[in-house]
Amino acid sequence: MLVTMPTATQNTPELDFASSSEQVSGPAPFESWGRYPTYGAKIVPLHWQSDFPAVTAGLHNGALPVGMGRSYGDVCLLKDGNLLLTTAMNRLIEFDPETGLLTAEAGLTLAQILDFAVPRGFFLPVTPGTKYVTLGGAIANDIHGKNHHVAGTFGRHITQFELVRSDGSRRLCSPTENPDFFAATIGGLGLTGVITWATLRLKPIVSRKIDYEGIQFHGIDEFLDLTNQSKDIEYTVSWIDCASTGKNFARGVFMQGDHSAKKGDLTPSPRPKLVFPFDAPGFALNHLSVSLFNTAFFHKQIHKRVVAEQDYEPFFYPLDKVLRWNRMYGKRGLLQFQYAIPWDHAKEGTIAILHEVAKSGLASFLAVLKAFGDVPSPGMMSFPKPGITLALDFPIKPDKSFPLFQRLADMTLEFGGRLYPAKDAAMTAPQFQAFYPQWQQFARYRDPMLTSSFWERVTQNSWTGQIGI
Amino acid sequence: MSTNSQSITPKKILVLGATSGIAEATCRIWAAQGASLFLVARNAEKLAAVAQDLKTRGASYVDTAVADLDDTDGHPQLLAHAVNSLTGMDIAYLAHGVLGDQPTAEQDFNTAAHILHTNFMAPVSLLTWLSNYCVQRHSGVLAVISSVAGDRGRKSNYLYGSSKAGLSAFLGGLRNRVDREGVTVLAIKPGPTKTAMTAGMPKSETFADADSVAESIVKAIDGRRDVLYVPFKWQPIMFVIRNIPERIFKKLNL
Repeated sequence: MLVTMPTATQNTPELDFASSSEQVSGPAPFESWGRYPTYGAKIVPLHWQSDFPAVTAGLHNGALPVGMGRSYGDVCLLKDGNLLLTTAMNRLIEFDPETGLLTAEAGLTLAQILDFAVPRGFFLPVTPGTKYVTLGGAIANDIHGKNHHVAGTFGRHITQFELVRSDGSRRLCSPTENPDFFAATIGGLGLTGVITWATLRLKPIVSRKIDYEGIQFHGIDEFLDLTNQSKDIEYTVSWIDCASTGKNFARGVFMQGDHSAKKGDLTPSPRPKLVFPFDAPGFALNHLSVSLFNTAFFHKQIHKRVVAEQDYEPFFYPLDKVLRWNRMYGKRGLLQFQYAIPWDHAKEGTIAILHEVAKSGLASFLAVLKAFGDVPSPGMMSFPKPGITLALDFPIKPDKSFPLFQRLADMTLEFGGRLYPAKDAAMTAPQFQAFYPQWQQFARYRDPMLTSSFWERVTQNSWTGQIGI
Repeated sequence: MSTNSQSITPKKILVLGATSGIAEATCRIWAAQGASLFLVARNAEKLAAVAQDLKTRGASYVDTAVADLDDTDGHPQLLAHAVNSLTGMDIAYLAHGVLGDQPTAEQDFNTAAHILHTNFMAPVSLLTWLSNYCVQRHSGVLAVISSVAGDRGRKSNYLYGSSKAGLSAFLGGLRNRVDREGVTVLAIKPGPTKTAMTAGMPKSETFADADSVAESIVKAIDGRRDVLYVPFKWQPIMFVIRNIPERIFKKLNL
């Protein structure tokens, strides 16, 4: 008999995980990046494109395709359900060096794509702040990056993919073929079916280097001026200090860069060696340590303006250097809050929210500010829209964090903005439905077997009743 | 892609059990080096997906054959076909095997015999042909995945363990015979490996991932090693386990 079983069981019979992963409602076998909430679920790995829906035969409860678990809240969780883990479905299918079109299975990570593409002189068309996400996850959350103002979202660079439904039907989806499923699946949070493979258009580069410039600013007006001046620069993002008030209010560093046009090194990146070794105690992150960090970050850049040639790794993925950095927030985990507020209220909304955050004393360790451009998103449920986006991290303090979140979400709504599901663990059903009024139209494309704890929360449904099991 | 190990003529490699996780990860390294590969597996669809991946990654030549390696009568023809297709062979990599169902095998001899056939008899048949091919040419590496489980029989998996123990003993004897003929026999003994099944589990980051296991295997083959515990820590651990007195060992729950 040939090997068809997963390698771990063949060679390590002393560790039989098949039995431990069957536990439901036990210790969580799969955590989201924020480590909140935590739910028991059964992990069902998909190794091959033909595994779904066959592997779901005989399973109880709903299912959800998941990748690297880098979304922060519960879009990648399903309490007491089945998580269809796609990361072993990571084969390449075709690459055309003339066009840059790469076709690959959906469990391939962006890190693996870079390892393949960079030595061949290609780069991701859009990348988030971590490369440890899967192709499928990048489509399902229609992720964005520092080049949103020129390139739009990740989904803009997907030319086609295959969508497999729990009834066994397989659809080729593109802007012209099954365009409704194409639009529903991009930003569709994994709910419309399992993406087995996708075609991504990579872009040519001649070097690993980024021509980088960092500029200090004070206040939102200076940030907006810098944004206007850098419209032709491919990548722009700002770090902003959310802990300071008074004359240091909304100070930050505006970071911009372009791929170097000078021919240079195209070797793949070495693997990271640092792993955050333990769960930090709850008191490690407090107002003082966060203020110190923010002040240090601001003054790390001594001069008002710094120009440098930088490798793409620290430019795009400064936090990937330390695997499992989320442990810094301890076992209780962290909450993210990311809004997009359209231009007509972007400035007043951002200032009001920054004041509310500073007033709360629940200072944010990392705050990232960026202007979204007007390139339309292809997804029905895509998050970005033209305006300002701000992303904040908070350690979870049960009695304080959630009331603050509700205030911030309500303020976002007042300013005509919306929150990002991939970063959320706290928005209420009425808030979600106001942010995404098209949600009922989207719900028609949901696969009846697939759901997530996020979806249950924001639609207040119960899958047990819906799918009749 | 590691360019330093790229040879002028690409390595010619026969892979038996090419759709297993560790084998696939190993083949990806060889493909990036531009190797020529002949892949054998039982499932045509999976084999095609793996072959397509390796071609895309840069293998200079990929050919495949669908075969059930339990069919030992078919081995000579299969192996001859593979070697012809590759126009030679530098490395044979045996990565097929089954864990089997230990509780059933304790009650039913046919189940036990099946585990022994797949994990022991079939590799012996393959290695008989392959070792003689290599001896004739005075060159070649025979790299075979055994297991740390073969180092000592334990109640939780002694059918699997004894099949791998037999395989390890066979490889030791074969090495003793053919090493002086210029043929290397590498016994690979992997420990817990991070795969899809363990991903996302709280302690899974402490496991070796298939890619680094594969890297060690490629290095061991290039370095013409005899035995590889991978990750290395399994060498001292198994040394201790092998040396626990039977009087004590028989009372343990392992």
